[in-house]
Order: sequence, then C-alpha cells, then structure tokens
Amino acid sequence: MKKDERQSGTDRSEARFAKILAISAVLIACLLFAIALTLFIQSLPAIKTFGIGFFVGKTWDSASEQFGALPFLAGTLLTSFLALIISIPFSIAISIFLGEYFKEGAASTFLRSSVEVLAGIPSVIYGLWGLFLLMPMVRVIETKLGVPPHGVGIFTSALILAIMVIPFSASIGREVITLVPSDLKEAAYSLGATRFEVLKNIIIPYARSGIIAGILLSLGRAIGETMAVTMLIGNSNFIPTSIFSPANTMASVIANEFAEATGLVSSSLIYIALVLFLVTMLVNIIGNYVIQKISIEASKEVT
Amino acid sequence: MLKACSVLIIAFVILCSAFAGDRVLAADQELLGAGATFPQPLYSKMFDAYNNQYKVKVNYQGIGSGGGINQLIKKTVDFGGTDAFMTENELKEAGAQVLHIPTCLGAVVVTYNLPGNPKLNFTPDLIADIFMSKITKWGDPRIAAVNPNVKLPDLPIIVVNRADGSGTTYIFSEYLTKVSAEWKEKIGTGKSLKWPAGQIGQKGNPGVAGYVKQTPGAVGYVELLYALQNKMAFGNVKNKSGKIIEPTIKAVSAAANIRIPDDTNVSLTDTDAADGYPISSFTWLIFYKEQNYGNRNAERAEALAKMLLWMVTDGQKYVEPLQYAPLSKEAAAKSVKLIRSVTYNGKPILK
Repeated sequence: MKKDERQSGTDRSEARFAKILAISAVLIACLLFAIALTLFIQSLPAIKTFGIGFFVGKTWDSASEQFGALPFLAGTLLTSFLALIISIPFSIAISIFLGEYFKEGAASTFLRSSVEVLAGIPSVIYGLWGLFLLMPMVRVIETKLGVPPHGVGIFTSALILAIMVIPFSASIGREVITLVPSDLKEAAYSLGATRFEVLKNIIIPYARSGIIAGILLSLGRAIGETMAVTMLIGNSNFIPTSIFSPANTMASVIANEFAEATGLVSSSLIYIALVLFLVTMLVNIIGNYVIQKISIEASKEVT
Repeated sequence: MLKACSVLIIAFVILCSAFAGDRVLAADQELLGAGATFPQPLYSKMFDAYNNQYKVKVNYQGIGSGGGINQLIKKTVDFGGTDAFMTENELKEAGAQVLHIPTCLGAVVVTYNLPGNPKLNFTPDLIADIFMSKITKWGDPRIAAVNPNVKLPDLPIIVVNRADGSGTTYIFSEYLTKVSAEWKEKIGTGKSLKWPAGQIGQKGNPGVAGYVKQTPGAVGYVELLYALQNKMAFGNVKNKSGKIIEPTIKAVSAAANIRIPDDTNVSLTDTDAADGYPISSFTWLIFYKEQNYGNRNAERAEALAKMLLWMVTDGQKYVEPLQYAPLSKEAAAKSVKLIRSVTYNGKPILK
C-alpha cells in the first residue's frame, strides 16, 4: 500500500518534469516565431513603400526618405566572405594541429583553452583593439599602395571578423577531427601511409563535412557581428568601390541609426533587420543540416 | 518536492509584492525624463542637487533627442529633452500643445589632427567645402588664405562625420545650410545626412574624436564640451558680423543675445549677435502645457512645474562649472514665463 503511493508519486513528478521540459521547448519555438512576426509587422510600412526594390536601391537618404539596402547587403556579404577566406587556412590548421598532432598534455590544453577564450571575448574589445592596432597598420599598407589612407573600411573589418570567427570554426573542426575512428587511421598506417597521407586521404575526407559546417556557423556569426564592425568599417552608406573603401553593413547601420530613427527610417531599418534575421537563420539551418548529415554518415561508417 | 515548490512560490509572491509596493512609492515621488544625451551630465548634476534640497527624485535617461520626443508623445515620461525644436509633424503627433524651454546652450566645433595642432581659422564656406569633400588637401590655398601664420602640411584631408543620428549633426548641418547654398541643395539639414562618398562615419562623439586623434590629416565635428574635456584641437569660426570667434563658453552664451520669440523657437546658428560663436544652439526640455492627461494627479504636475522653474533660475548656477553655456537673461525670463503658463485642468499650476 505504502509502496504503491510512493510509486504513483514518482510517476506524477515524472510527468510534471516532462511537462516542464515540453513547455520550455515550445516557448523557445514561440520566441523565434514572435521575433520574426514582430520584425515583419514593424517593417510593413517600408515593405509597402519600397517592396522588393529595397534590395537593389542604392540610396540611403533620410532627408528625402529614399531607402535602399544594396550598400549594406554588399557590405555585409563582402566583409563576411572576405573574413571567411582569411580565416579558413588558420582555422583548418589549428583544428588539425589540436585535433590530430597535439592532442594531449598541458600545452595542448592551454592552447585549446586559449582558442575557447578567444571565442568568449566581447566584440567591443575586438573593436577597440582593432581601432588601436589594426587601423594604424592598415593605414601603413594603404599609404604604400597609394589608396586613401583611411585605416578603416572593408579590409580592416574583414581582418577583425576573421580573428573573431577563427575560434568557432577551429573548435568545431578540432572536435570532428578527434571523432575520426582510430581503427581507420591505424589501418592506413599499417598499409605504410605517412602521417601526411593519413591526414590527406583519411582524416580530411572523413571530417570534411564537419569542418564545412563549422565554417558555415562561423559565417553566421560574421554576418551578424555588429559592434566591432561598426567601429572599423567607416560607416559610409555607399557600395564599396575597392576592398579598402569605407562601407557599411546591415547590422552596423541598424546599430548606428536606430536610436534616433522615426517613421519610415525606423521601419526601413527594421526591414533590414528582418533580412538579416532570415539570412543568419538560413546559414545556421544549412550548418546544422550538414552537421546532422555527417553524424548519420559516421554511424553508417561504423556499422 | 511539493513543499519546496510552495515555499518557492510564496517567496516569489512576497518578492513581487515588495517590488510592486516599492514601485508605487517611487512612481509617486520620482519624475521621469528622457532624451538628448548632450545635456545629460548637467541634468544629472542638477537633479542630484534638486533631490538633496527638495527631496524630489528626477530620473533622466539619455536616449537621444528623437527618443525623448517619442517618449513624451507616448506619455511614458513627464518631460523630454531635445537638441532640436520639435518639427511641425511631431507637434501634430503630440495631440496637445507641447512647450519648449531652453535649459542651456551647446556648440559644435571643428576638430582636426595636424602636426603640432595649430589653432586654425575657418570661414563658413571653407567648412562647407571641406565637409562636402571639395577641398581635399590641407595645403589648399583657400585654407592658407585665412591662416597666414600657420605652416600647413601637405596632407590629404580625411573627413569624419557622425554615423548615428544626432543633435550634433543637426546643429552642424543647420549652420552649413544657412551659410552655403550648395550645402543646402546637396545635403541639407538633418540628424543623419547623406554624406558624400569616401568619408568616414563614426558612432557618437567618442567615435569621431577617437578617429580624429588617431588619424593625421583627419577633420571632424564634435560638441565643444567634448573637445574641451578631451583637450582636442579645434578651430575658430568667422561669424555673420565678420569676426573670427574662438569657441568659448562666453562666446556660446553670447550667441543667444538676440531677440528671442515667446515660444523660444529660435535657431542660434549663424547668429546675428556680434560676439556670438556661430555654431551654437539651445537644448530644450519639452512637456505638455495641460498637465491633466493620462492618470496624472495634480501633485505630480506641480512637482514637475516647480522643478522646471528651478532649473532655469537657481539651477543655472550649475551650468558653467560643468563647461556648458548658461542661458542669457532674456532666454531665462522667457522660460519662466512659459513654465508659469503650464496648467492643470485649465488652471495655472504656479501662482
């Protein structure tokens, strides 16, 4: 009798616990939907006024209320992809080094945690550091090349973004490289393969999609990064003419102008936010899909 | 498990009610304001002194002039702060009559980074042409013409503007719109502008100042207060009367030595005052003339009116020590008159 009671009590708390979990999960999904809905409703005036032409409009002029997002789209895509190109060699090298060559020991732990700490530094600190260190360096390069020595612009922002995203792609890359089954590697070694050949023919192909997923996720971060870019891009609302010209990104134009924006300006900024939201969501979905796909591939490999 | 839950819930309820109780009290005693960031240090000082003396708390949040106007129209604050007089559209949106009273003056200066940081003189058209990127070298003969005693380097001019919407940009562009027909046509007046290509935008006074300090040949505009506090180089400007005026607190106050209309809606840029610095402006507080709106009680309305009156009279002694420019006698008198016209249910609050 007593035992039964306790049994049903456990069952009840079991059910309650499951309920709490379900509610939190549903709440998160609702939140995502609520954000998208809010952005959409708030940007309706701009959507009605400019429609799809918003994406090809080159002017951003509060005085005449003419708004187009092309300069910001161009700025965001240019800085993010340039950052990605700069970061890829470094992040792959770090993941191979920490995931295969230098897996154990205090020094390895130290290096690994340094990479993780880099990922946690607030972006305003990256921005300040860029302002004091990168900007003068870029100015020297620009003077040598004979372009206007602004020190800020697409190139400087891409550099800082690259430094900011390396920890992300590197730690995901390291993780998937350590997941490569050791019997595969040992089999290759027993056939007389050198370390580089194992890397080239076994590890990289096996971990490829994981590395790509890491890169895609870091692209998501680069696209949405605001503070450091705002400080280093030069905030000029024109389509950049070279990689050294000052430009603007979607995130930084919102950060700059939203506080004082009213009416159509504010609605246009929210329209940009909606686009930014969709782009980052898309990048993350693709990244997660690729990660899922490799875990399926990996399990197939084992069986 | 259940016991722990109920204890938690009780604790939560007690906490909530404690906060709610506190909130009702605070809302009764505390006046709320929001708006322009430029006068925020001054207002903080003033409200602190006022609280010590009269035991009335005033909470002012520097969220920008546009934000201040929005919050007042939404009736979430008792008063707003703005660097620009409300536009006709904004006044219409407000629904009822809104009063503006000036509290102090500010100025915008042209700051630069040149070897040795010499004191430069600027004429109005020189400033306009530099910020339209028409003059591109410091060695330009037009700059040399008004600075005969300065050896100017042959550096390219890198123009820095404010990337965020701001009252500083509004005052600066209003001035240039008045003095340059080409500026008026191409760029105009506003809190954020369509700047020419190739210029650098930075966020806030600190952003512009930081960039100028680090970049040889850079030129930008910041608030006088900010330039003084950060010991930056800034130029003198030729005013309407043809005098070269150094931006000092006295010269900024002097810009208001003109006839001031009863609603204080006057632009001081390109002032007629002979000794006035030409890129000066009032900063205003805004509030509804009829205070019985929403659920406001008479006590709250009276507390607001008394506090405002103090700010333009006794409170003015705090203005100059913080390097702001105090109101002229005439401007202060007009403000007092406006505050005395504030009503509750149609009856004047202050006798």
